[in-house]
Amino acid sequence: MSDVQSTETTGSTHKAGVFDIRNIIGALMAIYGVILMLAGLLGEHEPEKTGGVNANLWTGLALLAVGAVFIVWARLKPIVVPEHVEAPDDDPTRPAPQRKRPPVH
Amino acid sequence: MSSDTLIDANWLDYLLVAIYFGFVLGIGVMARRSVSDSIDFFLSGRSLPAWVTGLAFISANLGAVEIMGMSANGAEIGLPTVHYFWVGAVPAMLFLGVVMMPFYYGSKVRSVPEFMFKRFGTGAHLVNAISFAVAQLLIAGVNLALLAGIVHALLGWPIWIALIVAGAIVLSYITLGGLSAAIYNEVLQFFVIVASLLPLTLIGLHRVGGWDGLTDKITAAADKAPASAEVAPAAQQLESWPGQALSGFDSPLLSVIGIVFGLGFVLSFGYWTTNFVEVQRAMASDSISAARKTPIIGAFPKMFIPFIVIIPGMVSAVLVTEMIDLKNGGSPSGGASGDGVAYNDALLLLMRDVLPNGLLGLAIAGLLAAFMAGMAANISAFNTVFSYDLWQRYIRKNHSDDYYLRIGRLATVAATVIAIFTAQIAMGYDNVMNYLQTLFGFFNAPLFATFILGMFWKRMTPTAGWVGLVAGTLSAIAVDRLAAAGVIDLPGQGAAFLAASTAFVVDIVLSVVVSLVTKPKPASELRGLVYSETPKEDRTDPDEASMPWWRRTAPLAGIALAMVVVLNIAF
Repeated sequence: MSDVQSTETTGSTHKAGVFDIRNIIGALMAIYGVILMLAGLLGEHEPEKTGGVNANLWTGLALLAVGAVFIVWARLKPIVVPEHVEAPDDDPTRPAPQRKRPPVH
Repeated sequence: MSSDTLIDANWLDYLLVAIYFGFVLGIGVMARRSVSDSIDFFLSGRSLPAWVTGLAFISANLGAVEIMGMSANGAEIGLPTVHYFWVGAVPAMLFLGVVMMPFYYGSKVRSVPEFMFKRFGTGAHLVNAISFAVAQLLIAGVNLALLAGIVHALLGWPIWIALIVAGAIVLSYITLGGLSAAIYNEVLQFFVIVASLLPLTLIGLHRVGGWDGLTDKITAAADKAPASAEVAPAAQQLESWPGQALSGFDSPLLSVIGIVFGLGFVLSFGYWTTNFVEVQRAMASDSISAARKTPIIGAFPKMFIPFIVIIPGMVSAVLVTEMIDLKNGGSPSGGASGDGVAYNDALLLLMRDVLPNGLLGLAIAGLLAAFMAGMAANISAFNTVFSYDLWQRYIRKNHSDDYYLRIGRLATVAATVIAIFTAQIAMGYDNVMNYLQTLFGFFNAPLFATFILGMFWKRMTPTAGWVGLVAGTLSAIAVDRLAAAGVIDLPGQGAAFLAASTAFVVDIVLSVVVSLVTKPKPASELRGLVYSETPKEDRTDPDEASMPWWRRTAPLAGIALAMVVVLNIAF
């Protein structure tokens, strides 16, 4: 197995920022939340399917809340990225960026 | 608003699907261009918060099988399906974390074929690599069949065109770097699936009048069903134990034994402890302690997933016209396969009937994501084993890296084409869960037997390694064929449990017999491969003792076990 390090290393530790996985989850959930909420408010309500509940609206509101929780959580307790980040190993079942070839044993 | 497609999706639904893939492919592209070392940090999986690795671990498993298979099972046999979670998964996940993981981590083995090679040499390695590659192709076929089912339901195209289209979608997903977003992808997928299945469950329950309404309707339906439909009595559909509807045994005692030994021990321990698609998630952690906690933390969400996959299946069976007809012994036309409704369609049909446009798109995004990621993982696992474990080791040694990458690309395309054909086999099964359990019996049960014996018994010889694997697989196939020919009569998944148990026993017995007459490896070569030859310091984490109790492995596992016992009693 080669141990080539192909990543650039940054000078110091820093916060994970936009790419913090919680921000990504939060963003997707919030976008979905807004779209579903609008669909619930503006779109045609299909009570015959849902048994009278405006499902889009309520799911949209719930998703917005979930999204907000993730984003606030990421703000309050940021994940700190260490000084040296090794390039991810190749995982044969889940190939991360293919920078190295899989290990030959 | 009728049309000739099963599901009536509009632009809003497609928008939600597009946003999901925009996220996943976007992160994939940024990862490959090294836009930010934060992405590398998350993708490398080291020192991530435990909840992230725990969710990724569960998400790798929350694919087509779980969602479609378990809801199909829920529609067909009802509540006993929970055994797949509370007996068939959680105990094995805890075992993996508490007993196996320290050993995997300490031995530094990175894949099952690698372990086989080091422990038993060429014979067992070759057998295992071939059987692993075949299993991946067959399971990829299952994912592809379900994916094609969705394409067919959405667009109404004939099923064989839908299969080719689905194959092309997966290939382009892999090529565009969909897999590069790995951990982001898995965690997002988990949330999208929960966000779509939870409302589906709640609305479905609301429509049938809550839990009481559901039990009343199931009871009424089971009482009215003609005897020819062979519907399980309502009492069996609404209580998890003794689960005769699941195991197919008439005797409650045999049923419990079948479920605990066949499903709970052989199949589930075999699946969870040798399935490196999942184990690898945990191995990426930065310490033994974190690796051990990954499956244990994953066990907590896993316990509650049955509520959002099995209940929709049960609701579907009493709410959706076609499903009611099917369960009464009828053969309604339509369905995702295009030739008749099957239990596999339970979830799609319920989505059609209760989700408004918008939520429908969210659900489609979740299903597409799970099936595509699942199939892409099968294909790339096949690719790795084929290129490096088979081609490089046995066929063409010592070529350049580029050469093997090219082989890998060809293998990816070939595997996708083959999956179109293996999907045909999967579509022959009314309930895809029956097929999958059969496959696990062929491949995982003997592997688990060889693995566990080889890990704990240093006398086991290289010859016993491959003989046990071959004989185990062949005996499982023999039992399956006997069941197909009607010699063994077990409805439900009983035949698969029996095949798996047979494979396990045959493998163990033959391995012991062969070991006693052949020559073992010297003990010096077994360090890190056999439990007794691996020093304790390779298997423990010195830091763990200083952590608070709720961050230590054993107490967490204890809580999970207690919770699952309570769930078993409650339902």
